[in-house]
Amino acid sequence: MAIRLQGVSRRYTSGAAEVSALESIDLEIADGEFACVVGPSGCGKSTLLDLIAGLQKPDGGEVSVESGSHGAPVLIFQEAALFPWLTVLGNVEFGLKVRKMPREQRRAIALQQLAVVRLQQFANARPHELSGGMKHRAAIARALALDPPVLLMDEPFAALDAQSRDIMHQELQRIWAETHKTIVFVTHNVREAICLADRVFLMTARPGRIKDIIPVDLPRPRSVSNPAIAALASVALDHLREEIQQVERNEFDTGWLYPESGVHPPPAGGVAGGR
Amino acid sequence: MASVAASLVDGFRTGTVPIAIAASMGRMLVGYFLAVAIGLPLGIAIARLKVVKDTLGAAAASLQSLPSVCWLPLALLWFGLTEKAIIFVVVMGATFSITMAVEDGIRNVPPILLKAGRTLGASGLQMQRSVVLPAALPTIVTGLKLGWSFAWRSLMAGELLYSEKGLGRVLMMGRDLGDMAQVVATIIVILIIGMLVNEYLFATVERSLARRWGLQGH
Repeated sequence: MAIRLQGVSRRYTSGAAEVSALESIDLEIADGEFACVVGPSGCGKSTLLDLIAGLQKPDGGEVSVESGSHGAPVLIFQEAALFPWLTVLGNVEFGLKVRKMPREQRRAIALQQLAVVRLQQFANARPHELSGGMKHRAAIARALALDPPVLLMDEPFAALDAQSRDIMHQELQRIWAETHKTIVFVTHNVREAICLADRVFLMTARPGRIKDIIPVDLPRPRSVSNPAIAALASVALDHLREEIQQVERNEFDTGWLYPESGVHPPPAGGVAGGR
Repeated sequence: MASVAASLVDGFRTGTVPIAIAASMGRMLVGYFLAVAIGLPLGIAIARLKVVKDTLGAAAASLQSLPSVCWLPLALLWFGLTEKAIIFVVVMGATFSITMAVEDGIRNVPPILLKAGRTLGASGLQMQRSVVLPAALPTIVTGLKLGWSFAWRSLMAGELLYSEKGLGRVLMMGRDLGDMAQVVATIIVILIIGMLVNEYLFATVERSLARRWGLQGH
């Protein structure tokens, strides 16, 4: 078992109030599994990843994560978060340099990982010279260079344009198949989750709990445009609807609920003012 | 105009101006070097250590707003009529602007880069060295530039009030002799030196940083 969470909870204090971000989370993710976590905004998805990454400690319960030769799992963010003062190669070498690996050795590993994400010819480019998708591939190579058994991805492609995102979905599936990593991938996009995952974990609105687990047994490589994926995504979305409504109850004016049709009726009396 | 030009030529021919430039630059280099040596670590400490921030942080901010020439009486009492007094004024004039910029740069490192550094295994001193300082570098360079111009101003102010040689001295000499052309010529020399250092040293570094980082607006 690559990752095991037992009864994990995490609270925040916001001002005087104590907010429960995660409550009694139990989950197990197998070696080499591709797990996607989907939930409404604010359900504690990112907190969950921080806990698995060891960047935060749980208030209750236990988190156990298989660690590799270079320690904890590596997080990948929505922004590629490449270091602008380093070349692409320098970025990929970063984690190894921090671990004081000799130059020759870390350079060889970095070039090898750049080949995995097919960016070897951009090794000496600067991050700002790369497109959005290339930056993310570089960020993946930077994480892979540490050879972590577990990769944690926090809405990594949310800021990409639709075409780059489609390409990244294909690339990520290929990289996953080639490297046999365990991946925990957080997203708010149900279709993306179904497209990528072996199992999709649906979370409830705050406090976040695991609501449902949807196994996805479709042949790979998959594409978001595949009708079977769209069908499964709409099933998952039905499961989530209640949770999304709860978020809306908290965030919208009263009387604004997510309707069954998925389309809001125009507000009575027209829009006053706007935001 | 012609008399200013003539005065400039004359100043260079007789060696007055080159000697003054050499004297001023000598003080400048020592003073600026000291200001960087104090200001840089102080800025890092204020940004990183809460104790230092609570104590020296506010002091640095208020000291920065004090015109450096205010230090001259104190410097003369402390060091007497010596080189050290003027260098002290230069140091006091430049240090805190460097400190403030360094602190600002470190404080404004994008949190996502810190998080990226942490997840890749950097922590402690290594995090400071391999993430925080490089990320703050553009702001630090701006601070060094600012420090240089503050140092230059302080030096001129100090030399005006007291020195044996230097550009400020030449300026005062012009006043004492009632020689307007010499005064204007000296001001031009002072401006040109400031411009050259800015353009060929700091602007070059800033441009190269901007190019490598892909920053806009340079």
